Amino acid sequence: MPLTPVRRQLPNGVTLIAQENPATPAVSLAAVVRTGTFEDPPGREGTAALLARSLDRGTRTRTGDQIADELDGIGAALSIAAGRHQVGLSATCLADDYAAVLASAADLLRAPVFPEAEVRVRLRELVTIIRQEEDDPASVAAERLWQELYGPHPYARALRGTVASVESLDRADLVAFHTAHLLPSRLVVVAVGSLPAAAMLDAATTAFAEWAADPGRVPAVVPDAPPARSRREVRVAMPDKAQADIAYGFVGIRRSDPAYMPASVMNNVLGQFALGGRLGDSIRERQGMAYYVFSALDAGVGPGPVSIRAGVSEDNIDRTIASIDREIDAVRAEGFTETEVAESVQYLTGALPRQLETNAGMAGFLLNAELFDLGLDYDRRLPDLLQAVTRDAVIDQARRLLDPQQATVVVAGPAGAHTQPALQS
Amino acid sequence: MTADAVREHTLDNGLKVLVLEAHAAPLASVWCWYRVGSRDERPGLTGVSHWVEHMNFKGTTRIPRDQVKGIIERYGGSWNGYTWIDQTAYLETATSAALDRMLFIEAERMDACLYDPDECESERTVILSELQGGENDPEQLLDQEVTAAAYRVHPYRHPTIGWQADVETMTRADLYGHYRRHYSPSNATLVVVGDVDTEDVLRRVAGQFGGLRADPAPDRPRFVEPPQQAERRVILRREGTTAYWKAAFHAPAFGDPEYFPLLVADAVLSGGAGLNIWSAGRVPRPQRSARLYRALVNTGLASAAGGALAPTAQPFLYTVSATVADGRTLADVEDATLIELDRLGREGITERELAKARAQLRARFVFDMDGVTDMAHQIGYFETIGSWRDAFGFDARLAAVTAEDVQAAARRVLAPDNRTIGWFEPQVEPCR
Repeated sequence: MPLTPVRRQLPNGVTLIAQENPATPAVSLAAVVRTGTFEDPPGREGTAALLARSLDRGTRTRTGDQIADELDGIGAALSIAAGRHQVGLSATCLADDYAAVLASAADLLRAPVFPEAEVRVRLRELVTIIRQEEDDPASVAAERLWQELYGPHPYARALRGTVASVESLDRADLVAFHTAHLLPSRLVVVAVGSLPAAAMLDAATTAFAEWAADPGRVPAVVPDAPPARSRREVRVAMPDKAQADIAYGFVGIRRSDPAYMPASVMNNVLGQFALGGRLGDSIRERQGMAYYVFSALDAGVGPGPVSIRAGVSEDNIDRTIASIDREIDAVRAEGFTETEVAESVQYLTGALPRQLETNAGMAGFLLNAELFDLGLDYDRRLPDLLQAVTRDAVIDQARRLLDPQQATVVVAGPAGAHTQPALQS
Repeated sequence: MTADAVREHTLDNGLKVLVLEAHAAPLASVWCWYRVGSRDERPGLTGVSHWVEHMNFKGTTRIPRDQVKGIIERYGGSWNGYTWIDQTAYLETATSAALDRMLFIEAERMDACLYDPDECESERTVILSELQGGENDPEQLLDQEVTAAAYRVHPYRHPTIGWQADVETMTRADLYGHYRRHYSPSNATLVVVGDVDTEDVLRRVAGQFGGLRADPAPDRPRFVEPPQQAERRVILRREGTTAYWKAAFHAPAFGDPEYFPLLVADAVLSGGAGLNIWSAGRVPRPQRSARLYRALVNTGLASAAGGALAPTAQPFLYTVSATVADGRTLADVEDATLIELDRLGREGITERELAKARAQLRARFVFDMDGVTDMAHQIGYFETIGSWRDAFGFDARLAAVTAEDVQAAARRVLAPDNRTIGWFEPQVEPCR
């Protein structure tokens, strides 16, 4: 059953999309502003993350406690998070409460006041989260991989900032960021639920129409990132940990790259299909070395990484890295089989109805289609785009994006004698 | 949705089949449930149910090992499984055109898994990796220690993944014996939800499962945990950056009349949580106005705080956890938390809090059923801890709860003698 979304653009630039889904008497709402940690001012890393935690702590007309009482009173769930290129509000509520939740969401995005006392508490929360991540080998390995891969490129910066950069922030940083970047022209609102789509759009129009139009400043452009020219291995010692996490990767591509589709099939064959694709066959199924191993293609607004992740015991670190090298060398030399490519294409095509199983799943799909300009009918076009991917094109992407000689490899965890000092914040 | 929409049918060999038609999307979800979990394990064999679950993805008589990969993915489907204290479950969700394939996989899994000795050995290290990955998380480590300390007798004290020494020493014979004992039609429930025709499903199920042997369901061990007589404490020290606090209280089982009053108490303390442990966390709790959030998080003592009351067959634990904010102390978090828990027992809740908790929980019960996978989970899960009909009775039990019931449950369950308190004290230097 294809989606039948309706879309409306308000005079102030807000984009609204609604999709009816009668399955459950509830609505999922996603309201995303095209900004994010990427636009944190230099030296003020953590601004967008702190802003996301503080947006719903008081507006011009309501205190934080009032906002909490109103939403909690109807059992609505609302959360706000910052990514590199998004500040996103998600909410789930009963269909009867949709208009109330929407009005609340509009107020939070448009008119936050960031009370000093609230910001101070949220800042300590954010510091605590950063400290928790410093103790998690998987987070440490992932964050360090971005740092090592991107060097001078802004993607090297920590997503949530460092303890030092966050501790230097105050209310004024949030006010300035909000004024500069949370603009109606950058806002996309998607609602999926059991109400008629037109009614959902009308309610959203009422909620967002009064937001004064902005000059239409576009988000900062993400520069290209040069790929690494040589291999680099970094080990971060965390001696009390029970096992190590490996993050192995390369600078990848943007979602707008013409070869995105074959690259995503390549990623599926390499490290996703069934239990982790070829990598899962080798490292988990044949060698029994890891509970988790997979690859990921982080193609977004900018050229995110292609990465391979695994959690292994201290004794198996080197064997696992060697196995990853070997699998990539084999792909570069011999490519993938016709069957492998056909199975992944068939999987990615057939998985579409499952992606659209829930309200939240549909909302995420439609949001992605809007943010990357894929078209409101992307669910109808996607099967053909996948079927058009050839084996040669998939192999080309493997050779373009993966090369053990130029891999950046980070290991965090108990790592025996060959360790460097722990990553300090 | 009511229980009347579900068709129940039992095959001659004892397999209970539950079918619910849901035609909103062209999907079907098949879940096969077994009444076996870590509570069925004796010391020395802890973790055997979970390891058996892993082995049941490694080929069957008619699904050779090299054809496992892709068997459901070819249909765009996903498959998975989980093991917990009361049950083991397997699922596939795919387009409804793959229904036969999904039923075939589950019928094979019930009776014909291979347990190749080399595969058993190779999986041992995969499970050790899973276990050690979990131990990298100090909250999980603390939870494991607190749970173990809270029980003297009942096997709910064992981690589902098992104790490391048991995982290191268990044999192929242990695994295969456990599989043969617990995997039979009479110990299983098959749930199908989705864009299907009930009669057609029942015909296909009879074809795939009807020929399987009719062994009697195994007896489950019976243990009664003696009442806790005194507070217990656990202090865990490891290198780390963050302190964690946890308290566990012996709590009523799902079938106990006190369960819903305590669920309401938890909603007042930390925001209403649903009763779907499969989708838990997908939709955040409405907790900003909850008592613990205001006492701990809004005051800056903790960066996160909340309770958890899982629905279980026998009395398990109500837990309250907090992440100590950077620069604050475990002692301060403990004092503030215990004041709130004590106040709930002494003063009870207001009618307004009761109304809010009811609204939150009623909404969660709707969110718990979002999509065919979640619906099938709920029907099957409650069958493994009581009856599938319970999954349609939450609203009625919730409506019957009074403020007095909540106070009485809080006073009894949150009593000091009934608690085990755990501290994770981060150390600057490595401890090992």
